[in-house]
Amino acid sequence: MESVMLDRSPATTRTFDLEGGSTRELNQFLHTDLAASGVRRVEVLNPKGAHSIAVGVNHPVEIDVQGHGGYYLGGMNKHASITVHGNVGWGVAENMMSGMVRVKGFASESAGATGHGGLLVIEGNASLRCGISMKGIDIVVGGGVGNYSAFMAQAGRLVVCGDAGDALGDSLYEAVLYVRGRIKSLGADAREEPMGAADIAGVGDLLRRAGLAYDPAEFKRVASARQLYHWNADANQEY
Amino acid sequence: MCGIVGLLIKNPALRPRLGELMTPILDEMAARGPESAGLAVFTDQLSGVQRKYSIHAPIWGYDWSGFEARFIERFGTEAQLAVTGNHAVLVCDEAPAAVKKWTQEHFGQLHVLSAGRVIDVYKDIGHPSEIALRYDFRKLSGTHVVGHTRMATESAVTPDRAHPFTAGEDFCLVHNGTISNPYMIRRKLEHRGIVFETDNDTEAATRFLEWRMREGDSLEDALRQGFRELDGFYTFLIGTDTELALVRDAFACKPAIVAETDDYVAIASEFRGLAHLPGVNNAHLFEPMPEELYVWKV
Repeated sequence: MESVMLDRSPATTRTFDLEGGSTRELNQFLHTDLAASGVRRVEVLNPKGAHSIAVGVNHPVEIDVQGHGGYYLGGMNKHASITVHGNVGWGVAENMMSGMVRVKGFASESAGATGHGGLLVIEGNASLRCGISMKGIDIVVGGGVGNYSAFMAQAGRLVVCGDAGDALGDSLYEAVLYVRGRIKSLGADAREEPMGAADIAGVGDLLRRAGLAYDPAEFKRVASARQLYHWNADANQEY
Repeated sequence: MCGIVGLLIKNPALRPRLGELMTPILDEMAARGPESAGLAVFTDQLSGVQRKYSIHAPIWGYDWSGFEARFIERFGTEAQLAVTGNHAVLVCDEAPAAVKKWTQEHFGQLHVLSAGRVIDVYKDIGHPSEIALRYDFRKLSGTHVVGHTRMATESAVTPDRAHPFTAGEDFCLVHNGTISNPYMIRRKLEHRGIVFETDNDTEAATRFLEWRMREGDSLEDALRQGFRELDGFYTFLIGTDTELALVRDAFACKPAIVAETDDYVAIASEFRGLAHLPGVNNAHLFEPMPEELYVWKV
């Protein structure tokens, strides 16, 4: 479920300045007081790379982080719509369940790791291991992704508008990857497949929601060849 | 974990503020390595044949007067000793091999941490912020600094196993990660007469790279050779008298981020270490890519 909240009136906005306050104070509000507070929008000032900003939110709320976040921002998110007006560290939106996390800058490693649902948009580049072990999340990256992205990705879609690094989709399960730029190399059992009408429509929808104006027809589809699903006793250490 | 801390001042007017700008990076990276810390600061260059040696004593109230007197007696030379608790910087005309050998023979409890014309090294156990206060890191000035906060995995928590490690002259390295083949590297180097001082994996990487450079490699070529021969996980930050270099191994599972402005190049394991720097919000921020060389000249 995505929440779209446009109510920005001061009465329903709560601001947390992490310069004097703590991440714990912010997260305790989000976890325990938010639901009954009537607050529809939370603004986080001076994040200064702090870890675990707005993790574990379980309520529809719009959260704006004004600056660069640290590790695990928006982790385990359910229902909330979080926008980071800056870059983020490792593990943004890790294990996200639903809702949306948008990063205006770049994301460090393991963005969207193990995510089950929702949409993660990274407008800049994502570093190595983007979408590692993703389990149903949709990830749209405006730039490129680093090596080992979508390693053992189980379900969901990863859309990369730029280039992909080495070993893309290594040991892929049922997640599907779409890459507009150059793929440096595919990982074991990942293969390029033709784009079907459903792929075009799906990528088009994700790009529209991400606010990125690319032609879905420019993307390549990468999916699992499913050769690693069963043990092959004759493989002779080939993998 | 472990924390990487680096700062190179591009604007000479800021060199007196090197320590003041660096110390908050170290403080913030203390969470990644709360057990011990250290740094190498690169200062104004000594003239002629002069060399300086950073020396560590086992106790804070160490009586350095005996060392100084016997040093002058032995070498018959002008020598100056600047003491900060259990650290001292010795400035003299003697070459590293002679100073190290003599110190080891006559003051076995002292440990020569570094040698060169521009490098001063401090390292100790304890919380990095306490160490910064202990040695007044905020007052340091110079062109660049290579620092580290340590969470030990590969050897004991002692001052000599804290980073940076040094080899040769005006060369140091700090490391986040683990080297998997330090004993292979060590055996290879020991055959060539290179002496190790600890059982630490990072020392092997440091001595390997310095050996390559002594054999004629540029820093860049030495690092490329390192990609081939050093097995393991690493983010390395390396300081020489004229350069600061940053590299990550192919798997790049140890972090680093760089902020570059017209005034400085600042490096930390995480952005939170850099968040206090003036102008950082308009800095060029990027993460080093695996097996790419990032080298800045002083």
